[in-house]
Formats: sequence, C-alpha cells, structure tokens
Amino acid sequence: MSQQGYVAAPPYSQSQPGIGGFGPPNSSIHYGHYGDPNSSYSAPQPGVSKSAVPFGSPAPVGPPPPGAQQFSPNSFQNGSGTPGQQPQRFQGPPPPAQLADQLNSMQINSYGPGTAPSSSVSPGHRAAFQGPQVLPPAQQQMGLPPAPQLPPPPANSVNGLCAQPALPPVARQGGIPGPVPPNPNLQHLPGQPPGPGYHPQQANYGPQMAAPQLSYPGAFPGGPAQLAGPPQKKLDPDSIPSPIQVIENDKAARGGQVYATNTRGQVPPLVTTNCVIQDQGHASPRYIRCTTYCFPVTSDMAKQARIPLAAVIQPFAAVPPNETPLYLVNHGETGPIRCNRCKAYMCPFMQFIEGGRRYQCGFCNCINDVPQFFFQHLDHMGRRIDHYERPELSLGSYEYVATSDYCRDKKPPNPPAFIFMIDVSYRNIKSGLVKLICDELKTLLDKLPREEQEESSAIRVGFVTYNKVLHFFNVKSSLAQPQMMVVTDVAEVFVPLLDGFLVDFEESRSVVTNLLDQIPELFADTNESETIFAPVIQAGMEALKAAECAGKLFLFHSSLPTAEAPGKLKNRDDKKLLNTDKEKTLFQPQGNYEALAKDCVANGCCVNLFLFPTQYVDVASMGLVTMYTGGTLYKYNNFQLDADSPQFLSDLRKDIQKKMGFDATMRVRTSTGFRATDFFGAIYMNNTTDVEMAAVDCDKAVTVEFKHDDKLNEDTGALIQCAVLYTSLSGQRRIRIHNIGLNCSSQLADVYRTCETDALINFFAKSAFKAILSQPLKTVRDILVNQTAHMLACYKKNCASPAAVSQLILPDTMKVLPVYMNCLLKSCVLASRPEIPTDERAFHRQLIMAMGVADTQLFFYPLLLPIHSLDLKSDAVPAAIRCSEERLSEGGAFLLANGLRMFLWLGASVSSELIQGLFNVPSFAHISTEATSLPDLDNPFSKKLKHILAQIQSQKPHTMKLMVVKQREQPEMLFRQFLVEDKSIYGGASYVDFLVCIHKEISQLLS
Amino acid sequence: MLLSSLEGALDQTSFIPPKSFCRAMATYLEFIQQNEERDGVRFSWNVWPSSRLEATRMVVPLACLLTPLKERLDLPPVQYEPVLCSRPTCKAVLNPLCQVDYRAKLWACNFCFQRNQFPPAYAGISEVNQPAELMPQFSTIEYIVQRGPQTPLIFLYVVDTCLEEEDLQALKESLQMSLSLLPPDALVGLITFGRMVQVHELSCEGISKSYVFRGTKDLAAKQIQDMLGLSRPAVPMQQGRPLQTPEQPVISSRFLQPVHKIDMNLTDLLGELQRDPWPVTQGKRPLRSTGVALSIAVGLLEGTFPNTGARIMLFTGGPPTQGPGMVVGDELKTPIRSWHDIEKDNARFMKKATKHYETLANRSAANGHCIDIYACALDQTGLLEMKCCANLTGGHMVMGDSFNTSLFKQTFQRVFSKGYNGEFRMAFGANLDVKTSRELKIAGAIGPCISLNAKGPCVSENELGIGGTSQWKICSLDPSTTLAIYFEVVNQHNAPIPQGGRGAVQFVTQYQHSSTQRRIRVTTIARNWADAQTQLQHIEAAFDQEAAAVLMARLGVYRAESEEGPDVLRWLDRQLIRLCQKFGQYNKDDPNSFRLSESFSLYPQFIFHLRRSPFLQVFNNSPDESSYYRHHFARQDLTQSLIMIQPILYAYSFHGPPEPVLLDSSSILPDRILLMDTFFQIVIYLGETIAQWQKAGYQDMPEYENFKHLLQAPLDDAQEILQTRFPMPRYIHTEHGGSQARFLLSKVNPSQTHNNLYAWGQESGAPILTDDVSLQVFMDHLKKLAVSSAS
Repeated sequence: MSQQGYVAAPPYSQSQPGIGGFGPPNSSIHYGHYGDPNSSYSAPQPGVSKSAVPFGSPAPVGPPPPGAQQFSPNSFQNGSGTPGQQPQRFQGPPPPAQLADQLNSMQINSYGPGTAPSSSVSPGHRAAFQGPQVLPPAQQQMGLPPAPQLPPPPANSVNGLCAQPALPPVARQGGIPGPVPPNPNLQHLPGQPPGPGYHPQQANYGPQMAAPQLSYPGAFPGGPAQLAGPPQKKLDPDSIPSPIQVIENDKAARGGQVYATNTRGQVPPLVTTNCVIQDQGHASPRYIRCTTYCFPVTSDMAKQARIPLAAVIQPFAAVPPNETPLYLVNHGETGPIRCNRCKAYMCPFMQFIEGGRRYQCGFCNCINDVPQFFFQHLDHMGRRIDHYERPELSLGSYEYVATSDYCRDKKPPNPPAFIFMIDVSYRNIKSGLVKLICDELKTLLDKLPREEQEESSAIRVGFVTYNKVLHFFNVKSSLAQPQMMVVTDVAEVFVPLLDGFLVDFEESRSVVTNLLDQIPELFADTNESETIFAPVIQAGMEALKAAECAGKLFLFHSSLPTAEAPGKLKNRDDKKLLNTDKEKTLFQPQGNYEALAKDCVANGCCVNLFLFPTQYVDVASMGLVTMYTGGTLYKYNNFQLDADSPQFLSDLRKDIQKKMGFDATMRVRTSTGFRATDFFGAIYMNNTTDVEMAAVDCDKAVTVEFKHDDKLNEDTGALIQCAVLYTSLSGQRRIRIHNIGLNCSSQLADVYRTCETDALINFFAKSAFKAILSQPLKTVRDILVNQTAHMLACYKKNCASPAAVSQLILPDTMKVLPVYMNCLLKSCVLASRPEIPTDERAFHRQLIMAMGVADTQLFFYPLLLPIHSLDLKSDAVPAAIRCSEERLSEGGAFLLANGLRMFLWLGASVSSELIQGLFNVPSFAHISTEATSLPDLDNPFSKKLKHILAQIQSQKPHTMKLMVVKQREQPEMLFRQFLVEDKSIYGGASYVDFLVCIHKEISQLLS
Repeated sequence: MLLSSLEGALDQTSFIPPKSFCRAMATYLEFIQQNEERDGVRFSWNVWPSSRLEATRMVVPLACLLTPLKERLDLPPVQYEPVLCSRPTCKAVLNPLCQVDYRAKLWACNFCFQRNQFPPAYAGISEVNQPAELMPQFSTIEYIVQRGPQTPLIFLYVVDTCLEEEDLQALKESLQMSLSLLPPDALVGLITFGRMVQVHELSCEGISKSYVFRGTKDLAAKQIQDMLGLSRPAVPMQQGRPLQTPEQPVISSRFLQPVHKIDMNLTDLLGELQRDPWPVTQGKRPLRSTGVALSIAVGLLEGTFPNTGARIMLFTGGPPTQGPGMVVGDELKTPIRSWHDIEKDNARFMKKATKHYETLANRSAANGHCIDIYACALDQTGLLEMKCCANLTGGHMVMGDSFNTSLFKQTFQRVFSKGYNGEFRMAFGANLDVKTSRELKIAGAIGPCISLNAKGPCVSENELGIGGTSQWKICSLDPSTTLAIYFEVVNQHNAPIPQGGRGAVQFVTQYQHSSTQRRIRVTTIARNWADAQTQLQHIEAAFDQEAAAVLMARLGVYRAESEEGPDVLRWLDRQLIRLCQKFGQYNKDDPNSFRLSESFSLYPQFIFHLRRSPFLQVFNNSPDESSYYRHHFARQDLTQSLIMIQPILYAYSFHGPPEPVLLDSSSILPDRILLMDTFFQIVIYLGETIAQWQKAGYQDMPEYENFKHLLQAPLDDAQEILQTRFPMPRYIHTEHGGSQARFLLSKVNPSQTHNNLYAWGQESGAPILTDDVSLQVFMDHLKKLAVSSAS
C-alpha cells in the first residue's frame, strides 16, 4: 500500500500544487521540512540539549516532600515550580521571532484575568487561539473559553501552583531531551518483571528524543526550548482548548434531551453526551457517526479541506432500554423491496411518484415499479398514506426478514453455535485457569444470548480442549458420561464427530456439567507445555462447517504455539527493528494465518481469543483471525487467579451474552457522486464492496471512507445506506438497514461546522493503524501531523476571518482535534519504543481497529474523575477533569479509566476518612495496591464510588481492571501514561507542545 | 532335575505299548492313520522313490500335510529344552532316530551325522534310562522352554460402526460376551471405525477417551505411534511384573489393558458404541475407513508389542469405501467389482487396495500378530483385497450375512473355545523349521504362513508354494491348522541308497502357547526308500491318495490365485492323465482295459470334484466368496479338506439305517432325507415324498412317530457337525423343489441331466439342469486320454 493511501486526505493521493503533495517525506517545500534533518527547525536543538544538562541536576532543588528522594523530577514540578529553573531555559538560542510572538500572545491570552469576559457565547464555528491584541473580544471568546465558562482550576488540584500555572509543563519539556539524569527511582524500574500493560521503563528516552532530525515526537522537545521566555509569558494549559470543557458544554447544551433524527445533515450530540435518540428517518448516531455531516460538493473542495469523509458504522450497537429497538419488516416470500438497478433497499429516501405506482431510488435515481402488494396511495404531500405505518418508509434503521435467496446454498441457516476451546497445557492447569473457566461455564451457559421474544437460546455449544493435540468431547444428552476424542493429526486437523459435539445445553446439561467437572481433573497431571493454535481454529471452523451453521469460537490460550503443526510460531520479537523500515513486520502476521482467517470468514466462524500470556505470544499473528472474523481479543498479562479472575470472568460473561449477528455481509450504498472506497474494522474484504464479518457484535464498528466520483448535489444531499445481511441468534436470516442522509455544501465553512472530532479521531486511528502494516511508523506519524495541520490551515485560510499569521485559529468542531491527535500519536501503537512490549502494541492496534467512536474517544482521552469531592447526594458522575498531572492533588483521589483499565490514584496526603471509607484501613500506608477491586463497604462513599465504577464499566466492552496507585510509588509511572495531556515518558509531546508544533506547521502551510 | 521330570512324563505316556510301533502294519491305511494320529503328518507317498528322476516321474510330488499342533491327549509336554545338534547349519533336535552311544554319552545326528556330546544333565542316561525324546513313541514331543518374556495374549478388536442398528447391537453383544471368554490376564484393545478411526483408551476413569484419525490418510507406523503418544520414553514398569522387558513401554497400557481390570469399563464402552454418526445420503455407501483402521491397529501393536502373540480382530459390515485400501467408491450406483470386472481389468481400486492390505499383512506377520476378518454383510466386503491379512498371518476369515446370525455369533464364540485340557485352541507366533536328511530338499509350503527366508542346505531351488526357505512363520494357529509341505528328492539315480536306508524329516515348531508359555514341538518321521524301477509296486501301495488329492488341490488353488482359472484346470488334468498313464494298467489305445490299483482308485474322483469346486471355479461365486473358500481350503486338515473337495452325502430313509451315499444326482430320491456336508454348508434335503408327508403333518400323529424320528435324525447329526466345525457352516434346511435345494444340486455329480434323463431310463434320481460333464463322462475321457499312445 502506498503511503498516500491510508489517510483519507485528498491532497495525499492527488498532489496539489497549492499545498503540496505528500510524496517522499521531504519533498514538500511547505511543510515537508518539518521532518527534514536540514531544516531550520533543527537548529535550536543543540541549545536544547545544552540547556537540558543543567536541568537534570536542579530538579531536586525544590523542597523535597517527605520521602521525596524516590520521586521523579516530574512529580516535583507539580508541587513546586522552582523559579530557579527558569534562567536555564534562556540558554537556548532565541526562538524564531514569529513563534515567540505567537507564544507571547497565547500567554497573554491565557493569563487573562484581564482578557476579560466577552459577553456572548460565540455563534461562530471556530475557535481562535490568538492574542487579545489582535482579535476583537468576541472572537477571542470563541477561541478560548472565557474565564467565566472555564472552571478555574480547583485550588486543591494544583498544589500551591496557582502562582505560576504555566510553568511546569514547559519546564519539563526543557528537561527531557537531555541525557537521562541519574534517577534512582526510575532506574530500578527496568529490573522489575514485565508488568501488566506498559513497561514503566525509564532508562532511556531513546535516540529519537535527542536526534534533531526526527520529526514527531523527537522534534518536539525543540519547541518548548524555543518557547522559553519570561516566566510570565508561559502558555497556560487552562487557556488552550479543553476536551473536558467541550464535552461538558455539549452535555449542558444537549444532555438529557430527545434528539430526533428528522433532519438531513444534522450534527448529533457528542458520544459523551447522554440523550434519548428518536429515529425519525435517519439512523441513530449510535449506529452511524460521520466525520462530517456536510460533504463538500466537489472533490476539489474535499481535497482542499482534506477532511476525511467517513462514517463510523456500528450496525449492532446496543440501544438503551428507553429507545425503541429495531422493527422487523417481513414481506414474506417476496423478500425485501429493492431498487432494480442499484439493489438499494426500500427506505425513506425513495420518492414515490405517479400516484404511488412507482418510486424513484434515492441512490441511483432509477424509476422502479411498486410491487402490487406494496402499493399505497399518496397524500397531498406526495407521501404515502401508510408512511408512518411502515418502518421502511419512515425510519432510518429497521430490519428485514430475508428469504432463502439470501442464505447459503439457499437453505435457511441452522441456529449458530458456540464452541469453547480451552488450552489445557501445563501452565493453564497450574494457574487454575482451566478450572476457573470450567466452573464459570457451568453457570454461564444458562445465559446464552437469545432473541427477545424467545424462551431459551437456540445456540448450541461444543467443547474442545487442546495442548499439542486436540480433544473433542461428545456430550450428547443420551450419554451417561461425556466421551473424549483425541485428534493427534494436527497437520491436517479434522472434526472427529458430528452428532453429540454441538448440543443444546438445556438438553445435555448433566453431561456437560459432568464434563466441565472432569476437565480440570483429566489434565491435572499433565506436563505438556507445548501448544498448537492454528489447528485449533481450523478444527472449530471445520466443526461449524460440518454442522452447517455459523458460530463463534471461544479460545482460551496462554502461550506461543511452538508445537510442530501448521501455524507454528517462533518468537520474532526484535526490538532492533523499532524505528526502522522493518518495524511494520512486527505487526504483520507470520505464517498462513491470513488464509485461515479467510476460511473462517467464508464459513461464518468467528474467533474470540482470550490470551493469558506471560511472555511474547505474537499477538499480531495469533490475533489476526480474531480480527478478520469480527471476534474480540482479550489479553490478561501474567494472569493471576486471585487478582485477574474477576476481570476475566466479567469479560467472558459479557462476551457470551452479547447480542450479535453471525455470518454477516455488509454493503454500503451511496447516492450518486460518491462512493465508499475503504473500510476499516474487524472485517474481511474479499472484494472491494462486500464487507464480510463472520460475526458482528454490538461493540464492533466499521469505519467507511468515502470519496467523490462526481459533483454532489446540494439539494439531494449525500445519502448512505448500510445493509447488513446476517443470521440472528435464533438462526433467522435478516437484513439490518441503516440509512443516513448528509448535506452537501459548496461552502467549506459548512463542512467544518458539521465536523465531529470524535469520529475524525476514530477514522485517523484506524487508518493509521492499518497503514502501519505497510509503511514505516515515522511516515504514518508524519502524515497524521501533516493532515491535522492541513485541515486546520485550510480552515484558517478559507473560513476564518482574516487574522495574523501567528494566530492559531481552530474551527469550533475541531477545537480538541490537536489534543486528541496528540493522544493518538502518543498511543503505544505508534510509539516505537523498546519499553513497550510488541504484543501490547499489536493488541491495542487490533482493539482500536474494531472500536466505535465512543470507545476510541475514551481510549485516547481517558476519563479522569476526582473522587475525593463526591457529591454523595446526587447520582451523577462527577465532572471529569483534564488528563494532566497538574490537575491532580496530593490531598485528592482520582479515578482514571480508558476503556481497558482503571486506576484509582491516591494522593500522598489524601484524607484518612476517605481511605477508611474506601478501603477500610486506617491510613495511606495500609492500603494494599495489590487489590484489583475495592472492598464492599457499607458507607455512602464506598457505595457511591462503586456505583460510579459500575456506571463507567457498563458501557464498555472490555472489563477494566482496577489498579490502586499511590502517589510517589512505583506503579505511578504506569498511571502517568494515561495523563495524556502531559509529556509522555515514552517521548510523546505534551498537549501544549503539540499545539505549538501544529501551529507552526499551519503557519508554514499558510505562509 | 531333568530326569525326574522325565520320569513323570514317561509314566503318563506309558499306556502306549511300545511294541505297537514296531509291529508291522497290517495295511498301509492303518499305518497312515496311525502316523497321522501320532505325528499329524500325511505324506503323499509313504515309500519314497530313491532318485530324483524317478521322483519326478511319480507326477504327484513327495509332500506332506502337516498339522503342527495336532491335538494329542496323550502327549504331555516335557519341561526342559530340546537337545540340539551342534552343527550350526543343522541344529536338528535329538530324536528317536538318532544313534546313541550310551557309554560315551554321544549321539549322532541323523540329518547331518554330526556326533554330539550329551549335555551334562544327561549324564545318567543308559539303555534303560532314556529320556523321552529317544523313545520311539515320542517321534512327536513337545518341550516347554522358559525363554523370553511371557507376555499375555493380546486381542485388539477393530470394529466397524457403519452397521445397521440391529447388526451393531448384535455385534456389541458378541463382543461383550467375548470378554468373558478371554483369558483374564489377556490384554484387550478397541479400535472403532467408520468415517473416522477411533482408538479407545481403556485405562481412563470417568470420561471415555479415544484417539481419532482421519479415515482417508494413511499413516506410517512411526506417525501412528507418535500420534498415539507411544514413542515417549517408557516410565518404569508397574510392580509385580518383573519379567517385563524394557522395550515394552508402559504407555501401551493406555490402549491395551488386562481384561480383568477393565472388563466393566469395556463392556460399558461397547454398550455405548453408536453407529457412525456421519450422515449417509441417499444413494451412497457409508464411508468406511477399514484400510486406515487396520493400518492403525497394525501400527499400534507393532510399536508396543512386537513379537508377541496378538490377534487383531476386524469386524466389518461392508466394503472399505474411502482412504487407502478402499475397495469401492461410496456411490451405490457403481457396484463392487465382480469376477467379470476383474477379468476385464475393470476393478479400479483392486490393485491398490490389495497392495495396501498386503503391506499391512506382511508388517503384521513380521511382528507375529495375526489378523482375523469377520465380515458380515449381504454384499461383498472386500475379502478379495483383504484376504492376505488373514492368509499371511494365520488369522481367521469369517463371512456371514449379518452379525445378527447364529453363524457369526457361534463362530465368534468358537474362536475362544477351549481344548480338552481347558486351554485355548490357539497358539501364536509359531516358527516352523523343517529339516531333511540329505537325499531330500524342501521345495516350499502352502498354508497360512510367510517365509522366514531361511536359506540352508536343505532348501530346494525349485519352488512349490512359498519356497526358498526352510522356515516359515505362522502367526496364529490352532490344532487343526495344516500346512502342505513339498519336498524334492535330490538323490541322483547313480548313487543308490543302501538297502533299508530311510529318509527322515524333522519338523520343529516353536510357538507361544495360549498359556503364554513358549513351547517347541518336534516331530521326526522317517520313511523307507525304494527304487522306483524295481520296487514300483511298493511305492504304489504306499500312495496316500487322499493326501495326494489334497496336496495337489492346494497346489492348484495356490496357482489359481495368480493364474487364469482354465490354465489351472488344464494343469490339473494333465497331472491326472500323467498319473494314470504312470500307474494305470491298460493296453495302449484301449480305454476299456484301463484299471487303477486300489490305492489310486479314488484319486480321479477327487480331482473331478475338485475341478467343480468353488476353489477353482469362480462362476456363481463373488470374488469375496472365492477368497473365503480358498482361505479355508489352504489351512484345514486332510479330513476337512476332503469334505471341501468332495462333500459328504448321507441318506436317511425307512429302508435302513442312515448311510453314506454317492454324491450323485441318482442319490436324490423322493423317499429319502439327504444330509450334505460341504464344510461351508450343511444341507438337509427332504425328498419329494418326505416333504409331502411333512406338509401333511404326519410327524405330529402319534401313530407315525417313526416318521418324526426319521425327520429328527438328520437334524441331530447336523447338529453334531455344527458343534465342532469352525467356522460355523451355513445351515440349510430345504426340500425337493425348494430354492435352497440348489446348494445340493450344484454339488452332486450330474449323472442325470436334462440331456440324458430319458435316454438313461433309470428308475429314480433327480435330473440336474446343467451342461457340466458327469463323473462318468469325465472318467471315460480320462481313460481315453490315459491309454492314448499319442500323448
């Protein structure tokens, strides 16, 4: 894949003279030099490192807090910004004047007690980031939330820092690029066993940081140095756009209301806003969210703006109980009504004409006859009289019952099956995992998902265990004892039995229970440590194939499959490949997993993989089938029965009970003028149009990119119909239709006004994560930075009122794009750092590829809640705060969640009442950080927190493991990774730095 | 020690009067019978022509039928090892024919004339204190040796599950029943197959566990052992089995377990056996992986118990339809190959399948394991292709219509029958070594054996049957297993044998007794030489026509396996004519003058019936049936073989006591009940009048009780035969005009046919609708040809 291909940026694919094609990274005279070693930008670097050297030592200058010696310098800065550090920053060469100006202006703005308050909320579509001296107050207000709107930093969140709010981040920036200061605390970290999640390794910041020629993030450290100015001119984090603010604003404006989808191209509330959605002709944003709700009319415009045109479709998204579930339309034998030419399904976009005898397809404009049985007269508005009686005429989303023409071999499908495949090698037996799974299944199988109206689940279950051979179990209800069948021919695996393998749990309950009782004992004295993997999947697939049904495999696996068999993997985790052109190979699968995945998809076999690794297991290869078949990958590093089983069991329960569709094919149809060109997600594509998914559950989202074919029509707009043909839980073949209509405009401003940053980030993440398979990571990162800059530059150039070059002007809908983009760039997938386990990166990459907008939003910008000040009287979750260290306070306790994990951070001087209330221990020192859950205590505080935890958890597909982190203790390093506005220990830029960088890029693009 | 045990042996056998052996035989018949009873040997010639040239002119080769384990109630085994000739190429066993120097404690080998010292244990011997093996009545003696490990017998059931429900149920019951018949310490294993092959692990508690193999993929022995986890290093053997040799990995016990330990488990397991669950669509045969199943069975035993007695018992209900060894595709519309297809070279799978099974049979035989085939189906099951499995390994072959018949059930039960001393009538891993005096060489053997390729001075270059060796392996044998062994006289005409010289042959059979003991049975026989030119009448008188017929028949059947049917018949005819020319008395070109002496009189008749027998005629028989008949013919003893060649016919009537009658259509009379025994079938045939009487119900009237008795008499006799025969014959009760009467009509000599019925004008008998020649016509032709000066 060419490097142009991956982000939906027209300018990339079609080089434009105006802005410059993104060809070879350094070719663009406009901004390519950002990554150019010879660029002027690198000049300040030496200065930076010079300045950094002294910085290392001054760090401890500040009054050390109790036990301060083991803390990183970073933590001091929270507590005490030492004025003594400032002079050192002046050692760098003077920054380019232009930048300095800008910073000055920003800082002035940010400091603005004086930048007073403007009177009205901006009607504007843009946020400007600019000095007060340039802009009239009104505009300034748009750009930065005026003081009254912005909640002042709580006094207790920044300990004693109020006096110098701007200092810490900048100061830190200065320090980091330098050689690593000897730090006792950090240095002992590498020695610790590889912990869950990131290695909190600190020894080295890597060459990237120091190397001047590298662009993001390596180049960033240069920026802050240049920023250096008089302390009073520091850029105030409070003054730059706050994601929290944006979220809260939207909540305030639209939360709790009814959002009716009756208008084409209307922008829905943010994913973080709770509201009731009413389908009135367009699909609910729970099903489809778009990067922009107004498409530019021409491809030239699109290329100019470089805003990706994409939709994130979550066809099976869960809807809250207070919203209507999808109606099921059954036309009997005839099946759904479809346009003769483009095969679009009957939907509200069809125009009935000639008194209702014909209809014009809204997608291809073909005139079709209305079938006899479907005929209905039109009213005076030209609308069918039965408009509101038929979901397919009045709703954005509904389902059709499919006829046998839509089935495999024209035969109605059998009910789907779940096959549980348990790795019973030595490690899993010893860790107690096998027993845990078996015990859990005994009760869990009663809760298999079923259709709303049905009494029991139609899903059949089967069981396989394996180490380096496979064991199938015959659990036919007529047997007194289960029978085990061992298949040792793993080179050509096959299914040894048909009858009795897949059974109705209800019928075979005693045999299955018997089996689950016996499995742990059967293998109790195993000493087999080698495992196979591909043959297991193959076997599951063959079993489903033999039973002629679709289904889902649940694999519980712990080690790299090294036994001699197809799909054997070798450890290829080579840190030396990082930052080379070969880094991408780490994300590419080994062996023939691709073909296996294809087979699975073709047979409707979804693979869910639960991994329990203690070391490298090559997630990139093992997870591939899971990814292509619409399965979910779960990973529990160093699984400990006591600590991790709640998380695992909760994941398992959730996953088994998920509502889902099997053997699905999705087709996205569009009205004329544009078409779907690229698809991202846990999907498989055999051709360019059909999205195949062995299964699709409520959490899986497919991101679809659109491109222009032709000029769009502003009157008819851009219509999208997404049809998913699938087999329901009861084995019924159905077609789920989601329709959405978008506007078209020849005004770029309209496009920018209807953008949705959360969807944009979802798109960028997926496209970037897809691109890393074929491009060097550096290129991918550069493209992201460039495209961000480009989108914003285009806005400034075409939509904003004239302003000085130095002004950073952000469109209102993209106010938080830089911070989110920075989070994406800092994500471990894109960070080529030896400290980050390759598996972890592959794991995250895979997760995100399947995520919906809400999940990516939370993942990239975690939720950080202060919990020391809970309002015990209200049910509401407290307002979140920005993910930055300076928002924490020593006396506080904070909860952080990103959809995968959760942290409870406790400040060193958190009140003992709080501790008593939460942990039932007398003091901070008594708190055990081993615990992964909070004790159930009978006090309002504990209950409230538990309630909040449950609430956060309830919406998310993965169960978040809770980690208790005490301030100034070692695991805090891990926690800090998630303070995404700060500079990352792995070298990611802080929000402020990134903003500066983007601003510079924009300025260069525009100059 | 040795002598004392000897004395015990002598006491038990003393009821045979020693003198009886030396007394001149009243007739050769008596001599032959006595020899057979004592040694289990029947020679075609009992006086041997002393030169090579003369021997070849005798037409019927010098050969014998040997029943190595002939049941001898009066032969208690001795508990010591045989004394062997010290010459490495000879190693003959000390026998009554050896000359012994009691003073020097020396003995001379009667085969190679080597003088040997007696072993120290024999220090006390003298003319009056002889060890048993020197006594004339112990020309056959059995030794028990304490050599090698005593491994229990192994029975590996290989069970087809593609059966009808009823059949499977019956088979399961038979198998369950058989567990109680096995020796308690025998190891038993179970493999089931259908579309897949399952090797059942018998040791596990709770969950029954099996290893499954794809039925289409042939696996090498090594792969099978790897996949079954048999190739791992052995764990120390469990206690109480000190005799276990290290090369027997304990791991094998997962699949082969002592019956007494797991009979409950296995009974349950068999009870839960289901029919092959894979759907069989209309117009298809079930997919049956017999080839792979056997291959796995062979591989399993090969890896775990090489060179120990083991039976693989294959129960199959249809032809193999997939994988290696498939005999027919699964499309029902393509029928299984017939003789017609084979002649036309239209049997697609036959060669490949035969090769597959041959390879398996050879591997199995090399390891001393035998393969039984129990095939029960209405259609053919591929016995033609699989026959070598049973033929080369000494296994049984049983063919029936269904497992749910008494034919199968009783036959199977009889496999585990016990002899007079309560021991199983089966022995394993026999090694037959034949030694001859120097005037003789060994040409070959025909029987359920394979060659051990033991070249030696007494091996002839001319092969008859399986030749080129003086040793054969018989993986499984029972007291009736009989081999035909062919010799060649090599003495040159110009080197006459001194008067009174005797030729000797020694048969040494080492085998594993069913009690797991290793035993050696040694039979040493001697016959007089005679100069055929001067003493032809002696030789003639000592001709054993029964043995000769069977020996020639074996040769014929052996040839028929590889040659075209007509060629074999021509060869047989030619041999017969030559024999008649040689020994008949006639005037040239005068057929009416032709006479044969008494000792040859029946021979042509045997050959006549042999020519009509299913062993040489494939018409009306499927290839499977031919294979089945030939299999049994090549292993039964003389009596049974003769019955097979010329069935026995008894007549029951009011005219007198039951009597044997001619196997001739003239014997079929209305007022007779006939009982025919063809070995494979027992036919009771009610004559026309008798049948009418029976229909009229006379047997139920008290005044006609004699009729009831008449009806009952053949039934009782038939029952007697049924009780002893293995395999159980097909029992046919029919009457005049009944469709089943064809079994009788096809066997009798068609002396009356539709062609000559009215011409002959005989008072009785039943005409046979056939164009076959009758014995009369055959004999006329034979005479004509024999006396013809042209040939």
